[in-house]
Amino acid sequence: MQKSPTSQTQSAPRDLLTAYRQQAGARDEMVDKAGNVKPVWQPFLDHLQGLGDQDIAHRFARGNQYLHDAGVRFRQYNDTASEDRDWPLSPVPVILDQDEFERISEGLIQRAELLDYVLRDLYGPAELVSSGQLPATLLTQNPAWLRPMVGVEPASGHFLNLLSFEIGRGPDGKWWVISDLVEAPSTAGFAIENRVAMTKVFPNFFTSANIQRIAGFFRDFQQQLFELRGKSDGQIALLSPGQGNQNYAEHAYIARYLGLLLVEGEDLIVQDGNVMVRTVAGPKPVSVIWNRIPSALTDPLALDQTSLIGTPGLVDALARQRVNMVNSIGAAVLETRALMAFLPKIARQHFGEALKLPNIATWWCGEQSKRDHVIANRDRMIVGSAFSTEPMMADTQTASPQEAGKMTELLNRSGRELVGQEVITLSTTPTYEYGALVARPMCIRLFVARTPQGWQVMPGGYARVSAGDDATAFAMQRGGKVADVWITGGNTVETPSLLVSGSGSTQRLSARAALPSRAADNLFWLGRYVERAEHNMRLFRACFARINDGGNPDAPLLRYLRDHLMGGVAASSGAMAATFESPLEQALVAARRIGDRFSPDGMMALHDLVATTDGLKNRHVPLEDIPKEISVLLRKITGFAGLVHENMYRSDGWRFLSVGISLERASNMAHLLAKLLSPDAPDGALDLALEIGDSVVSYRARFSILADPVAVADMLGVDDQNPRSIRYHLSRAKWHISDLPGQSSSHVLSEVARKTLLLETQLAASTPAELTPKVLLKIQRDIWSIADALTQAHLV
Amino acid sequence: MRYDIRLTISHRYAQAAGNGRHALRVLPREIANRQHLTAHLIDIFPPPDNRHDSVDFFGNAVSSVTHSEQHQKMVIRMSARVGVMAPAGHHSGGSGLGQLALDLSRSRDLGPASPLHFLGPAPRLLPNADIARFARDTCDLSAPVADIICQLGLALHGAMTFDATATDVDTDAAEAFSKRRGVCQDFSHIMIIALQSLGIPSGYVSGFLRTLPPPGGVKLEGVDAMHAWVRAWCGAAQGWVEYDPTNATLVGTDHIVVAFGRDYSDVSPVIGHLRSSGAQVNSQAVDMAVVD
Repeated sequence: MQKSPTSQTQSAPRDLLTAYRQQAGARDEMVDKAGNVKPVWQPFLDHLQGLGDQDIAHRFARGNQYLHDAGVRFRQYNDTASEDRDWPLSPVPVILDQDEFERISEGLIQRAELLDYVLRDLYGPAELVSSGQLPATLLTQNPAWLRPMVGVEPASGHFLNLLSFEIGRGPDGKWWVISDLVEAPSTAGFAIENRVAMTKVFPNFFTSANIQRIAGFFRDFQQQLFELRGKSDGQIALLSPGQGNQNYAEHAYIARYLGLLLVEGEDLIVQDGNVMVRTVAGPKPVSVIWNRIPSALTDPLALDQTSLIGTPGLVDALARQRVNMVNSIGAAVLETRALMAFLPKIARQHFGEALKLPNIATWWCGEQSKRDHVIANRDRMIVGSAFSTEPMMADTQTASPQEAGKMTELLNRSGRELVGQEVITLSTTPTYEYGALVARPMCIRLFVARTPQGWQVMPGGYARVSAGDDATAFAMQRGGKVADVWITGGNTVETPSLLVSGSGSTQRLSARAALPSRAADNLFWLGRYVERAEHNMRLFRACFARINDGGNPDAPLLRYLRDHLMGGVAASSGAMAATFESPLEQALVAARRIGDRFSPDGMMALHDLVATTDGLKNRHVPLEDIPKEISVLLRKITGFAGLVHENMYRSDGWRFLSVGISLERASNMAHLLAKLLSPDAPDGALDLALEIGDSVVSYRARFSILADPVAVADMLGVDDQNPRSIRYHLSRAKWHISDLPGQSSSHVLSEVARKTLLLETQLAASTPAELTPKVLLKIQRDIWSIADALTQAHLV
Repeated sequence: MRYDIRLTISHRYAQAAGNGRHALRVLPREIANRQHLTAHLIDIFPPPDNRHDSVDFFGNAVSSVTHSEQHQKMVIRMSARVGVMAPAGHHSGGSGLGQLALDLSRSRDLGPASPLHFLGPAPRLLPNADIARFARDTCDLSAPVADIICQLGLALHGAMTFDATATDVDTDAAEAFSKRRGVCQDFSHIMIIALQSLGIPSGYVSGFLRTLPPPGGVKLEGVDAMHAWVRAWCGAAQGWVEYDPTNATLVGTDHIVVAFGRDYSDVSPVIGHLRSSGAQVNSQAVDMAVVD
């Protein structure tokens, strides 16, 4: 082994702390004021110090690779577009002592109780308003208070089942609640992914350190969802805004993790007050909805009429208590910033004790005395909208402390709509930057769930760490990072996992059986697009192989090929690459829409295909290398097909995907043969057909060296053993279709089954010579009428 | 005074539509000491699979109907006999803006008639600087609130031109105001935004207006459509008054109330959702005949 300077640094103990500077006026999570490392951090720091630069870099890369492969991404928006970016994990955790976590938990559970009480009141008797504890206009002028929900009691009796809170630590060491997230507490799923990534970064440390596990929290929350379902056998659905939403990947992940049915607004219909999901087997009842759509957008009839992502009639179903919603629609009113000004008092009134965990000090400027306070203390205040649900420090729409006269005028004019909030200096936590630890401001997001055993706080969570010294730049949009939160130092921890749970997992299987029509439609199209891309690649390769052999791009055969089979595309590699890049991109879109049903491996394979194609289009490829490059792509796309056939569970979803592939391939082959068997086709057309149909070898084994039209029609048309022939794929389609829901229940064939059988029989009974171009074009039309019938029967 | 009112709303779809769901607010309201329904009927074609009648937050009757089968056309017919008395009279004088603000700050009422719901904003009522300036420039802010309402209504009527071609149902108030053109919906939204900019609670009223026949003439049937006007709150002492800015008049017995809301989106006669790819043509006909 070679001796090198790096091997020396790897073995030498290093001091990562030499450059660690605490920020003035802020507390640090890792070191105390004297600069000593807190005991709870020491084991981890020792572990980290024992690793060399290269080892650290290698480990961090492993964590990022895991997140990348698992498809954990976030969407970055700019003025014109959005783009998926890698998840910004900071691989240095935030470590909290068990006792401290217990104290925080107590405070958060008390707050969850308080918020449930307040919400119940605001959509019920509103005694908080009539008794003067809350100003009425905080509701009546608040867009988050949804009048159609007033008087609607949740079927389960619970308004809140899952909450999350952002908390931060002030200079005095006390924790403060910065924001209450109740509307659609998102990203709990990413807490799991962060944790898994961290076990990849520090595998040996995890096995020895006593870090609290978080899977038990999800197991208990899953149990709560089953409890909410009660005796009904309806589905438990996770309602997502869909693929366009920045958190869609997390929705798909958590739905898969908890075994929930991932649906979008258009998947649901309300029939006679009952919520149903449209599936390939007809409408099925839904009993519980874990909602991730902003409340106001959930029902375009009763709520925001401009919503395109809701379900008409949902509020009606809730009012009639036919479905349980986690959390109740309208819960966002609790996120109203001004509420923080009143919660401390309401808590004292309700519990007879103060908030165990205070929220960030807030003053509602609708009252003269509070206005005066805000003006007098304006140098340590931010003033912003009373109704906004954004955390104040992340809100750019705030008025910074100004000159007293202007401030007074603003507050007197529109005080009812404004609050003042104290600025707190947040504590810092270490991140690893350029080989050293650096202190950055942070806050922590924690999750609280109602479970059959009462409220539980996830023993972990995630910290948001600012990109620089600026305590407002937490947002990932602005370069902020995410760190795992470790709770250590308690009792020896158990190691739960969802995979070994008892009754929950068997119940879950039945819930997975339903396939929403929209998901089936996307799987069907995924199959079609991938197959279309493969077909176009084969055309492209055949074309360039001939150009390479000295063929003139405008020779009759190549002209004919481009004009009749490739839509008149130009003879350039860029133009031709576009003919398969575009279906691949469509396939990716379809695959993303069904993130919960499509394996990460399949997704990666698709991404890889698109990236390779993109490379082919955008870089200069020597002419002679093009067929080779296409062969690489064809191998990759065959690999994708292999994944589908070897790894996909034989569900209805797999059947729709397979039918999509078979119908597309049969149709493309019918079209190809119609053109290449035509009397107008130039010389060489038959060889071209065999090559594109990947049947040159088997043809020569069965027939002569010379291509003969009838033999080609036999091989690629009516052969029942050639996986490139029309008949072969009609037989496969028939077989898949007969296994679809509702197809086997009657001796009368469904329209789609009847059409498939007729066409398959026609091919079986045809002689190869009967497959004239005219007949082949008719066969292609008949294949699309099978696709239409399938859509009518299962997908609309 | 009693009226027989008939309303016909029809929707025609270029492509057959299925999975339709509509919320209808077409039935005149029952209002104590002002409006009383003696008979009423809502008839829908094709007959819905399901109909569910309820009352919304503001106390308006809502019928929710669903059609799952494909259909080319939907027709809603409402007929009602309504007895009307003049609303509690508007009188000049009374509270000014200062007293109004005091009354509002003391209110803890969240009931449907509470003025607190009508301070804005609402989906169709976004604050607008031009409209607010118009309100400040045309009203005597030291006058009683009841007078400010009439001053503003009259000024707006003078500034705006009634023009059914200038705007459509989705035009926002700011655009209609910048054109100084529009229909009753635009006049009403603009007036509400203007009043709210002065701190006066105000809301939207949908209903029917009796169109008086010309002297000696015969009243034509079916020429009228549903109408809209404004109600505004003059303080705890006087309460709500209604004003029709399209006709620059206080509301009397020629106006029949169907629904109260913050803006059009709260009271639209038909809110619908269906699965269809094609265009849609809607029409509306109203007939309002005096019984006695």
